Amino acid sequence: MFIKMKSFKISKLIATTAALAFVASVGFKAHAETLTVYTAVEAEDLKKYASRFNEDHPDIEIKWVRDSTGIVTAKLLAEKNNPKADIVWGLAATSLMLLGNEGMLEPYSPKGVEKLDPKFRDSANPTSWTGMDAWVASICVNTVEAAKYSLPTPTKWRDLLNPVYKGHVIMPNPNSSGTGFLDVSSWLQLFGEGGGWTFMDGLHENIARYTHSGSKPCKLAASGEIPIGISFAFRGAKSKAKGAPLDIIIPEEGIGWDMEATAIIKGTPNMKAAMTLADWSISRKANEMYNEGYAVVAMPGVAKAVEFFPPEVATKMIDNDFAWAAQNRKRILAEWQGRYDSKSDPK
Amino acid sequence: MSDVALPVTAGIAVIKPKLSRDDRIMRGFIVMVGVWMVIAVLLPLYFMLSKSAEDHDGNFIGLANFQEYFSTPALFYSIENSFFIAIVSTIITITLAFQFAYALTRSTMPGKGLFKTIALIPILAPSLLPAISFVYFFGQQGIIKELLLGNEIYGPIGIIMGEVFYTFPHALMILITALSTADGRLYEAALSLRASRVKIFFTVTLPGIKYGLISAVFVVFTLVITDFGIPKVIGGQFNVLATDIYKQVIGQQNFEMGAVVSVVLLIPAVLAFIVDRIVQRKQVALLTARAVPYEAKPARGFDTVMFVYSAIIGFLILAILGMAIYASFVTFWPYNMAFSLNNYDFDVMDGGGWDSFSNSITMALYTAVIGTTIIFTGAYMVEKAKGFGAVRGSIQFLCILPMAVPGMVLGLAYIFFFNHPDNPLNFIYGTMAILVICTITHFYTVSHMTAMTALKQMDPEFEAVSASLKVPFFKTFIQVTVPVCLPAILDISIYLFVNAMTTVSAVIFLYSTETNLASVAALNMDDAGDVAPAAAMCVMIVFVSATVRIFHAIFTRGMARRSQLWRQR
Amino acid sequence: MSDTNEPYLQIRGVTKMFGDFTALKDVSLEIFEGEFVCFLGPSGCGKTTLLRAIAGLDIQTSGSVEQGGKDISNLPPSERDFGIVFQSYALFPNLSISRNVGYGLENRKAPKAEINARVSELLELVGMPEQGEKYPAQLSGGQQQRVALARALATKPGLLLLDEPLSALDAKVRVHLRHEIKQLQHKLGVTTIMVTHDQEEALTMADRIVVMNEGSIDQVGTPLEIYRRPTSPFVADFVGTMNFLKATVTTSDSIRIGDADIGLESALDDMATGSSVTVCIRPEDVIVRDIESETDNIIDTVVVDLEFLGSFYRAMLKLNDQKGSILLADFSINLVRDIGIEEGKSIQVCLPARRLRIFSDSEGEP
Ligand SMILES: Nc1ncnc2c1ncn2[C@@H]1O[C@H](COP(=O)(O)OP(=O)(O)O)[C@@H](O)[C@H]1O
Ligand SMILES: [Mg+2]
Repeated sequence: MFIKMKSFKISKLIATTAALAFVASVGFKAHAETLTVYTAVEAEDLKKYASRFNEDHPDIEIKWVRDSTGIVTAKLLAEKNNPKADIVWGLAATSLMLLGNEGMLEPYSPKGVEKLDPKFRDSANPTSWTGMDAWVASICVNTVEAAKYSLPTPTKWRDLLNPVYKGHVIMPNPNSSGTGFLDVSSWLQLFGEGGGWTFMDGLHENIARYTHSGSKPCKLAASGEIPIGISFAFRGAKSKAKGAPLDIIIPEEGIGWDMEATAIIKGTPNMKAAMTLADWSISRKANEMYNEGYAVVAMPGVAKAVEFFPPEVATKMIDNDFAWAAQNRKRILAEWQGRYDSKSDPK
Repeated sequence: MSDVALPVTAGIAVIKPKLSRDDRIMRGFIVMVGVWMVIAVLLPLYFMLSKSAEDHDGNFIGLANFQEYFSTPALFYSIENSFFIAIVSTIITITLAFQFAYALTRSTMPGKGLFKTIALIPILAPSLLPAISFVYFFGQQGIIKELLLGNEIYGPIGIIMGEVFYTFPHALMILITALSTADGRLYEAALSLRASRVKIFFTVTLPGIKYGLISAVFVVFTLVITDFGIPKVIGGQFNVLATDIYKQVIGQQNFEMGAVVSVVLLIPAVLAFIVDRIVQRKQVALLTARAVPYEAKPARGFDTVMFVYSAIIGFLILAILGMAIYASFVTFWPYNMAFSLNNYDFDVMDGGGWDSFSNSITMALYTAVIGTTIIFTGAYMVEKAKGFGAVRGSIQFLCILPMAVPGMVLGLAYIFFFNHPDNPLNFIYGTMAILVICTITHFYTVSHMTAMTALKQMDPEFEAVSASLKVPFFKTFIQVTVPVCLPAILDISIYLFVNAMTTVSAVIFLYSTETNLASVAALNMDDAGDVAPAAAMCVMIVFVSATVRIFHAIFTRGMARRSQLWRQR
Repeated sequence: MSDTNEPYLQIRGVTKMFGDFTALKDVSLEIFEGEFVCFLGPSGCGKTTLLRAIAGLDIQTSGSVEQGGKDISNLPPSERDFGIVFQSYALFPNLSISRNVGYGLENRKAPKAEINARVSELLELVGMPEQGEKYPAQLSGGQQQRVALARALATKPGLLLLDEPLSALDAKVRVHLRHEIKQLQHKLGVTTIMVTHDQEEALTMADRIVVMNEGSIDQVGTPLEIYRRPTSPFVADFVGTMNFLKATVTTSDSIRIGDADIGLESALDDMATGSSVTVCIRPEDVIVRDIESETDNIIDTVVVDLEFLGSFYRAMLKLNDQKGSILLADFSINLVRDIGIEEGKSIQVCLPARRLRIFSDSEGEP
């Protein structure tokens, strides 16, 4: 008898679960006011961004899709004919320009756009994108590890060509990382096309490996896995705040930078909510929020010094030609891949 | 109907059997399994193959992509790398696992049960775990990095060590089976001829386990060459095929080249699969002819050597697991070695947060329940249905086919197929459903074969008896087949559950923000440089898998007690 | 056995192919209500195949099967009327004996009390009362067989099919159960077909035996007919022990074995004088007592071997022909003592005409 009951129960359980699974898997979108927001903002900040926004607009739910810059860009491009994103909040401006060239952005001037530094907004009217904050390259040096190998502290990009650094430097792969790309594009702008590639050829000799994400080199430097990581200042400041023995170096030649920016995706069915978010994203409150992590933000007069953030950053930012970078992105990446993508690649 | 084919019945009407309701239900189900396989394996693979012959805009360009592949050293060098890693790892794993299996089956050393349990631990962990542990052992801040004599852990050395840990239990299980089915009479004969232990080993033991050995070799080879987690974490700049697919697809969204690399990876996997099938068939023939099981006899010196060896291996396995656990609790390696739970604060990490952990459990439960239901019922229908020979044969083939498809390839193929805008099933893309379908399919073959083995041990006439008593087959299925096969059914669901918890390769292409998974989160956290949190997530996965396994063991024991009245095991 | 002329089961021209292999060749057979029929034949001759065709478990390639006047040729087992017992018993291991026996009744939605009553009745019938709570694994082979039988009979089928039901049991139990099954069948009057390769089983249990060979029926008859009057060398050889002797036709009613002339009971049809034939005689039919010179069918032999088989001796007698053929003969212990039969001794034996079976050699050797 017992056996019978058990088998009966099991069969019923299986049937019920299977039915439930089907319902669950098909899934329903519950909230009407839900925005699908693509972003490359650091994960630890996402909750903060959403909750600050919801303080003012509790009826709009943000559904984040986060990945590193290259991937979000590629994902948006791949979905060109069947967009899944309503709005992009926090992606490299170069990437947004690329999307703009593909005709994927909805021109819309958010309320108060005129208050932004002109460098931080699309020159067209209405604007297709608006900036949030600048995101600058830097070198993270682990002082403990550097001392262990008696490595001099680099002060210039070119210092990194010194053979003493062989195997002690890590940088992000520009194909997948926005930080990697802004490094490469800044070197090409600083040193010229020919000089830039020569510099990278030399640097490649010293690179231990290329990472998929842009924050990893600094995190690896912070944890002592590598003495020197080419990354971005924001990450370095955060890690330093956690107690890592890091020096954040701003190379003398100047540093590449990109800005994080916002743009509405053309054809979104949630235009009204998207506009609300775009408006909020350039508000003073938002800019103050960006300033909690980034020293340079889009709205002049907001920025206060950020803990552990090198103060000279703003002066060292190169005069970045975003349009050039966006136009040449594909070519540069292909060239880079051909030259450096595999250490086993015969030279 | 030709007279030649049927001389006796020439000109006589051939009887067309009327189908009973049972027959129709069974055939319906078989067709459903077939449809599942076509949708879940064949069509995606077809889409992937055709993608490899298309340009970016979807035009057919023949083998041009392959031409490009083979003229790009950065890409085709990976073939050599992959084979190198796979061959070396296979040799090391098989050597170590063979000795371990030998100790377990041929010695009378103490603690066999414990050793075996320890040796199976790696199955509970995602393949990233050993790689992460090795970073803490041998990385720049590794506690024993000196042992590498200045060599880098990031690269082939790290990959091979990780693969050995990860594939060890798989090889071990096959070899234990092979060694414990040896015929004791042969050993008695050899001993009576005063053959030495060494001579017996080469003349009796090795030939006896030949097929098991070959099978283990190919299983390990396939696992290594298709593994993604270990080379991703610790491969450094040493590219292999599996990471190339990821780089092409995720890094550069170059789906066509991803498809090309997939095809390249599919070839060795399929070849290994074919060899393994042939060998398995021979092994079965060998098994049935076997008679007297071998009984190990105490031999002090030998037993001591075997014990020491097993203890060392067991220690290493525990050390690797232990390091991941330890590192996950260290606040900020190496500068703040105080213990804290900071690394378990997944919600502030790039990766997926605690949600991904609960998603994984949900996914694993669905996979286990739905997968076991489909796989066991499907195997039952294929085994027990009458007639319908050709269809049953081809479905039987389709059921073992997934084994030949590497996870990365399956996942990528799913993108092509399910994300195709014209696919009516497009709506499952990005949902939990596609993860469940993919995972069930990925691990279908082993589950199916487990189910088949259990079903073949049932009396083939149960269904005939039921039909004669006019009891519909599904009643007998539920009242008799399922209870009798319950141990196998539980084995299948545990297998599916644990694999769903630990798998990365197939789902890495298929998760969405709402359906992020723990194993993927671990990978992404490592990717972002959060190595300790990645270790923490791996530890959580091991914790869940181990808990489920322990419950399974307790439940099985309880069930055995309750059913001992009728179960003769 | 009922005497109506309508057979209960009518099999016509049944052929079963497995791929290119013909397992049954044009088999026709009639079975009457209440009969106990055995399919007898060597392993692989197609007995099970025929039984499964009757059950609908493996439907024949061509030919028809009628049961109770209804054509069931293409019906699935669930739409036929039979109970079946397999060699393996196929008892459900996880169900108690009662539930095994009541399995077919539960599905008919009979009231619980009715099922219980019927189950007890059946267990009583097969001699296993009060064992209902046990599980199959707790029973002996013979007991399991009884349960399987009870289960098959529970739904009162019109036809009972038994496929080698006794062959997995040890000799003693087997002999005992033979008897019981036969009695049970007699009591219930259910038409029964039993497959067996054991001739003793068939001879003791069957009303009629169907001897099969290589997918065809060789002979159908009562046990006595099969034993006494085999119609083919195959049947003659398969059932019981048989001597096969080479002979030549001399006249229409006599033949010659070696130098002995042997007269026959009746004239041979279609066998030309001078053609060679095979003579069959059972060892127990060879006579040595009361032989006088005028007795017919005497043949000279030499005792080459004498084997004691418990209740009788089996003698190997060498004939006086060119080939030195051997004739087996069974002699009682008394007879051996009385006549003083011993190895090496020459004796004369008589092959009684009415015990001889003659097969022309074109019918093939057994
Ligand atoms: N399913 C099958 N497929 C192929 N051949 C079969 C099958 N079943 C039986 N046979 C063949 O048919 C012949 C008769 O088998 P069977 O009826 O089982 O013999 P038996 O008289 O011993 O019961 C045998 O040669 C057997 O090998
Ligand atoms: Mg048979």
